[in-house]
Amino acid sequence: MRELTYWQAVQEALREEMVRDPRVFLMGEDIGVYGGAFGATRGLLAEFGAERVRCTPISEATIVGAGIGAAVTGMRPVVEIMFMDFVTLAMDQIANHAAKFRYMYGPQARVPLVIRTPAGGGRSYGATHSQSLEAWFLHVPGIKVIAPATPADAKGLLKSAIRDDNPVLCVEHKLLYATTGPVPDGDVTEPLGQAAIRREGTDVTLVTYSYYVGVALQAAEALARDGIEAEVVDLRTLVPLDTETVLDSVRKTGRLVCIEEGTRTGGVGAEIAARVAEEAYEYLDAPIRRVATPDIPIPFSPVLEDAALPKVDGIIRTVTELLQR
Amino acid sequence: MSAAVTLPLSPAEARRVLYQLTLARVFEERVLKLVSDGSIRGTTHPYVGQEAVAVGACLALRPDDLVISTHRGHGHLLAKGGDPKRLMAELFGKATGYGGGKGGTQHMADFAIGHLGSNGITGGGIPIGTGAALSAQMRGSGQVVAVFFGDGATNQGTFHESLNLAALWRLPAVYVCENNLYAMSTPHHEACAIEHIADRAAAYGMPGVRADGMDVLAVAAAMRPAVERARAGRGPTLIECKTYRFLGHSKSDQRVYRSREEEATWRDRDPIARLRAAVLEQALVSSAELDAIARDAVAVVDEAVTFAQSSPFPELQDVTAGVFSDDPCAS
Repeated sequence: MRELTYWQAVQEALREEMVRDPRVFLMGEDIGVYGGAFGATRGLLAEFGAERVRCTPISEATIVGAGIGAAVTGMRPVVEIMFMDFVTLAMDQIANHAAKFRYMYGPQARVPLVIRTPAGGGRSYGATHSQSLEAWFLHVPGIKVIAPATPADAKGLLKSAIRDDNPVLCVEHKLLYATTGPVPDGDVTEPLGQAAIRREGTDVTLVTYSYYVGVALQAAEALARDGIEAEVVDLRTLVPLDTETVLDSVRKTGRLVCIEEGTRTGGVGAEIAARVAEEAYEYLDAPIRRVATPDIPIPFSPVLEDAALPKVDGIIRTVTELLQR
Repeated sequence: MSAAVTLPLSPAEARRVLYQLTLARVFEERVLKLVSDGSIRGTTHPYVGQEAVAVGACLALRPDDLVISTHRGHGHLLAKGGDPKRLMAELFGKATGYGGGKGGTQHMADFAIGHLGSNGITGGGIPIGTGAALSAQMRGSGQVVAVFFGDGATNQGTFHESLNLAALWRLPAVYVCENNLYAMSTPHHEACAIEHIADRAAAYGMPGVRADGMDVLAVAAAMRPAVERARAGRGPTLIECKTYRFLGHSKSDQRVYRSREEEATWRDRDPIARLRAAVLEQALVSSAELDAIARDAVAVVDEAVTFAQSSPFPELQDVTAGVFSDDPCAS
């Protein structure tokens, strides 16, 4: 199978869906000639023209709001918010409008809107350009959330998101854009709401998503050298959340570590932990543990940022402690 | 009282316009009674006094044109041709309401008639209306979108972002500001350094027009060239309709922030009384016909109330249904 970078996979999904469906168009800041802040829309302006690859002013609330208005009147917009931190500026449109229309207005209201946004730290971009805010959206009923970890998922999940009649937030980690992986040729989609087992194991379940799937796999390989077999579950979709796959894994391993880059309190891991505690408590041989960023803004200094973000060794330490209990 | 009207009307048009104004008024006054006696729960934001804006604006629109509304939205829905029965049923929280009882007074839409929704966030509908105009432009549908909002919304970022974008892309939108002088209790002059909101249009490179929002025909007259301009691909217009809500911001408002004298001055400019006087003066419609119009409006509202009262509440198991469009048991 051919290898693509993550950004090429995103771009291929956008291109294929734009070719397939004339209602699909793109809107966002600097997505045209510039190709998007992280290059994901590179070349699409030349291919599709300024009508369908629409560079906007810096107006996040209106970029998302206009996406909603276009979506409810028959188009299928894909909008880009340049850094996930900037969804704060569009939060009313996302949480009060996009996510609630279907429930408030009934079946006539379909909001086939995709919001793509790069998240995460690791590049010393500072506290307002490094956040992982996806946990916020788990608390807003009515919007789906995907967080692909691989180029193949970036393409397959994004294509499904574009075809979905609901608003979907697509969280793309900045550190993933340059990574490569096999991507199937042609019109291959991945269903929303299905987690994947990335590595089988018997001793502990590591549940994560996006960039941290790779980090967790590294930790699992290191643990394997010490005879500890970790199972790595890639959630792929945070809403809807594939609880069953997580529960099945925990029933097998008896131990759970939730890993995420977002801050710890009220995070994705907290929700996973709660569901497992509710549904599979009797299978647990040890307390559930979370590896996450502490409850701090992301610092600028490379050494402080490095200290703040979860790391392979932190996962290894957590798992080792858990197995000693 | 000024009886001046700014456009000629045929007798049939005069009857239709008067009926629409009266329906909005009678509907809203009845809603207030029903809120007071506990039949309708929650709050309500009465449109009484502002009817000429919705009715005048919609007069200038085609049936397939679109509108997006506000928290004070019952009048917009009725003026666009909404069903008073489904509107009333929604206020009662009944299954037969526009949102099956899940939306309520501030959250209902009727896409079939081009009504894209009222909503409870000041300024929240402005970008959505702008996106609907973008969609109309991209689809080549020839539709125009009338985006309704109040004076308070013009101090929110979405107003400025949206007008800028719409002008930049020459979107087929008409931004209709209902300046009723108060953002809840805050007078316009305490919230905005310039007197006329229409003047803000200059900053975005679009025409800004002031209209007498107490004169349905003046509103229609301001709308028509703006709609024409939008439809011809020449871009958006901002129309500021100077109007007044005769009642409080919402049901609990004691109106301590304004004088009864000021209210009386504006009540003297009641858009319905003005139009009635004008059509009588011009002998377009007889006083017997005017009485019949008022009776018709009352009958329609009576029927809506009966429909709402006799409709069932939503099924309780539907409370979790319909969050997503692919939810199979969605209401």
